[in-house]
Amino acid sequence: MSALVTPPAGTAAPGSTPVAGTTVRTPRPDLRRPSFARLVGVEARKTFDTRAGLWLCASIVVLAVVASAAVVLFAPDEALTFETFASAIGIPMAIVLPVLAILSVTSEWSQRSGLGTFTMVPSRGRVIAAKAAVAAVVGVVSMLVAMGVGALGTVVGSALAGTDAVWDSSVSSLVGIVVANLLGMAVGFMLGVLLRSSPAAIVGYFVYSFVVPTLLMTLATFQDWWADLQPWLDFNYAQTSLFDGWPGGEAWAQIGVSSLPWLVLPLLVGLWTLRRSEVK
Amino acid sequence: MIEVTGLTKTYGAHRAVDDVTFTARPGRVTGFLGPNGAGKSTTMRMMVGLTPPSAGSATVCGARFTDLPNPPREVGVLLDASAQHAGRTGREILAIAAQTAGLPRTRVDEMLELVSLTSTEAERRVRNYSLGMRQRLGIAVALVGDPEVLVLDEPANGLDPAGIRWMRDLLRGFAQRGGTVLLSSHLLGEIEVVADDLVVIGRGRIVAQGTKAELLASAGTVVAPAEPTDGAALVRALGAAGIVVTRTHDGALSVEAQPREVGRVAHAAGVPLAGLRAADGAGLEEMFLELTADTQRETPAPLRTAGVAA
Repeated sequence: MSALVTPPAGTAAPGSTPVAGTTVRTPRPDLRRPSFARLVGVEARKTFDTRAGLWLCASIVVLAVVASAAVVLFAPDEALTFETFASAIGIPMAIVLPVLAILSVTSEWSQRSGLGTFTMVPSRGRVIAAKAAVAAVVGVVSMLVAMGVGALGTVVGSALAGTDAVWDSSVSSLVGIVVANLLGMAVGFMLGVLLRSSPAAIVGYFVYSFVVPTLLMTLATFQDWWADLQPWLDFNYAQTSLFDGWPGGEAWAQIGVSSLPWLVLPLLVGLWTLRRSEVK
Repeated sequence: MIEVTGLTKTYGAHRAVDDVTFTARPGRVTGFLGPNGAGKSTTMRMMVGLTPPSAGSATVCGARFTDLPNPPREVGVLLDASAQHAGRTGREILAIAAQTAGLPRTRVDEMLELVSLTSTEAERRVRNYSLGMRQRLGIAVALVGDPEVLVLDEPANGLDPAGIRWMRDLLRGFAQRGGTVLLSSHLLGEIEVVADDLVVIGRGRIVAQGTKAELLASAGTVVAPAEPTDGAALVRALGAAGIVVTRTHDGALSVEAQPREVGRVAHAAGVPLAGLRAADGAGLEEMFLELTADTQRETPAPLRTAGVAA
């Protein structure tokens, strides 16, 4: 047995092949921590290998096409610009992508697959980090696909209307939209880590993004002190600058400061409890 | 090798696991036995790092489980066969396990063959699996990394008799090749057939442990007088010799002594016997029921007869 005790890291023979078959029991010189890249590969696979995951990702493309078609059908000719398409597609994205981020974390608890996941890889923080990396990549790729669909819609829409295609979005404003959606996914991810329950986190996300902003705006109209502080303390409000072209230094500072109470702190609390919680 | 030392888990005022210490050795199958809710699963979850212990520690292959670099290559774990994403196919779940452990894809087919899941079954989603098929899949996942140690919680649940036989042979073979097996069960018969060592737990505490032979030996002797009317006389004689009669059943007595000694007492008392043998088979069950009598929910029919006082 002692020969099988973990060798110190770095002594693993790089060329050694894993043992095949169950009848031969040999020492394993290749025992080493799974690389982060491997964990990301596994988590990426788990994102797409269920019907729920596959359809959620497919729905991103489907919704982008449906939103573009709706713009072509219902928008007046002069509004058939890239920006119209981009914002029409942006609305379903802002809902689907955070849900994807939520489910990547919560399904380990809701489906109880975490029992297997966290016995295979006991360092839960690395698993969660791999999930975050996958969510970020899926988010960026989804946004690029959505923008491609939007560009196609602009070309087709203007051709049908007999006008010239209008490209009224700058690259920086498009990047701003991608950043805003990634922040939305980060919020979903945070709620998943904190609540570790699919329904609770999804409901929580809708309250967070649709109910809380309205309440805080109402508060601002009646309370001057809050109206002054809001850009620095209201995360949703601070993010609006991302949709008005590229934010300046102060706007970035406001996004950063307001993310502390609304994203960073709850995420840290969530990670702390997740790593100490019981997986049942 | 699994070494558990003083493992304790408290939930508020409730002590689910209370100072549990035992060792599961290589080359042996260790049965972890106890009634429902005795703390078996909580102990096993603490061993593999899913539940943080309130006190104590557990090491597997000489290290804490959470410090193992690549656990599936050293420890195969099956805690709950139903704890899988219901929307994945059996093959996909195995493939994820193989990929996580850094094993080649060929390992998936080898494992499916080992646990007798056909390729058609492997393509079905786990939500459509019977419990027996889930157990087979769970065993396949546990064995995928060709581990040294197996930790299995109620693996025989849901298996048909042929499946139980298969599981028993698999675990025996695994131990014979030098592996360490810890399996829990509340099914006494199942554990008795396969285990070399036993750890019996009741209401969070270990109530008995040792080799199966030791524990069975301490289960005593079953003695039956030839004439039922001699029962009281035999009980009296045994009582006078300081031997405790623990149970009567169908005219036979269970006594805490070796057959040789019981035979002498019966002979001296002039009681002819119809049967005299070391308690076996049901002996473990009696021991189990007795050891856990004050800790389990259903107290069985009177364990101690008033015969001694007669």
